[in-house]
Amino acid sequence: MPVELTVNGERRSLELEPRALLVHALRDGLGLTGAHVGCDTSQCGACTVLVDGRAVKSCTMLALQAEGSAVTTIEGLAPTGELHPVQHAFVEHHGLQCGFCTPGMILTAVDLLSREPDPDEQTIRHALRGNLCRCTGYQPIVASVRAAAVEAS
Amino acid sequence: MIPAEVRYRRATSLEDALAALAEEDARALAGGQSLLPVMKLRVARPSLVVDIGRLDFAGLELEDGTLRIGALTTWDALARAPELSTPALAAIPECASAIGDLQVRNRGTIGGSLAHADPASDMPAVLLALGAEVELRTAAEERSLPVAELFVGPFTTALAQDELITEIRIPLPGSGSGSAYVAVEHPASGFALAGAAALVRPDGSSTVSLTGVSATPLLLGEKGDGSEAVGSVEVFGDRFAPAEYRRALAATVVRRALETARARSEEERR
Repeated sequence: MPVELTVNGERRSLELEPRALLVHALRDGLGLTGAHVGCDTSQCGACTVLVDGRAVKSCTMLALQAEGSAVTTIEGLAPTGELHPVQHAFVEHHGLQCGFCTPGMILTAVDLLSREPDPDEQTIRHALRGNLCRCTGYQPIVASVRAAAVEAS
Repeated sequence: MIPAEVRYRRATSLEDALAALAEEDARALAGGQSLLPVMKLRVARPSLVVDIGRLDFAGLELEDGTLRIGALTTWDALARAPELSTPALAAIPECASAIGDLQVRNRGTIGGSLAHADPASDMPAVLLALGAEVELRTAAEERSLPVAELFVGPFTTALAQDELITEIRIPLPGSGSGSAYVAVEHPASGFALAGAAALVRPDGSSTVSLTGVSATPLLLGEKGDGSEAVGSVEVFGDRFAPAEYRRALAATVVRRALETARARSEEERR
């Protein structure tokens, strides 16, 4: 079936089986491999992307459900090449080790900060509950998100 | 993991959705946070998914002493709704904000969750304690059902194949009431090992309910502090929590939910 999405600001058309998940449409259909498939069971958050500004697990959404929506992947966060403030904060505060969970962490943080620009540590931890880091680098990840909030204020 | 082959239809109206659901093995797809995981595991293999996610029955309305919650209202919307920031309704955002995670709350809907009927689901306990009813529609008829009658067994409801939940209706508790939801969650899955909701009214009377401990969520009755009633509940055990441990957890969450609801009620009346 046909599906039309606006991905990172560009209109894209795809022909997909109805059962195709959004993450597969992004990775296999559009070559946007920044959305990672980690657990594939809606636990780990590595596949998180923004759909109409809200963080969703793209392994738990049919591509067809996103028809007409604006999808932002990690590739779309820095369109001019200059890092997004949250990306910048992760670099500055060592918010990543292996980097596998990082796109999901950053996009979830972007959703959080769009609604709660000045979250305390507990709020950040609650918001990142659906994003697992197997390097267990949670402390610097939380510090990065907090730093991005402070930087923006 | 991808679901088995399936056909897809994006419903354009409630009537369109209800007509499409007449097909045997058709399933309604709302936010997909319960249905898609079981389709990926191929525990569910519908022939057709009817996407109702774009239909216009999300949102909250307070009128004539009733809170009406559209079935497509997301957990995130319930967690943040200003209409629910009263002691009497506090259990709803308290429960909604702890369901799943941010991403799941952004997509998952209250109606979809009720229709999925996971026995460890949190919100049914709150709806039972608040005396909620669900509004149901088929192409031919409308009916309403107390939430207690919606759940027939684990993952099993009283819904007909071609029937949708359109709305949840909650009678507004009298002013000076307080409610609360308390759960002990499995640390990995976040599902309730035992969860309790309590409503305490201005006259001190209370209603307490439990989830996560038996085949369906259940009311513990109107009298006493609820903790005695836990003793007579048929509690199941599994590899996460043996029955006796779960029973102890149940007694604890009942006590905590009642304490918090009572404190909110007293605060409100002060």
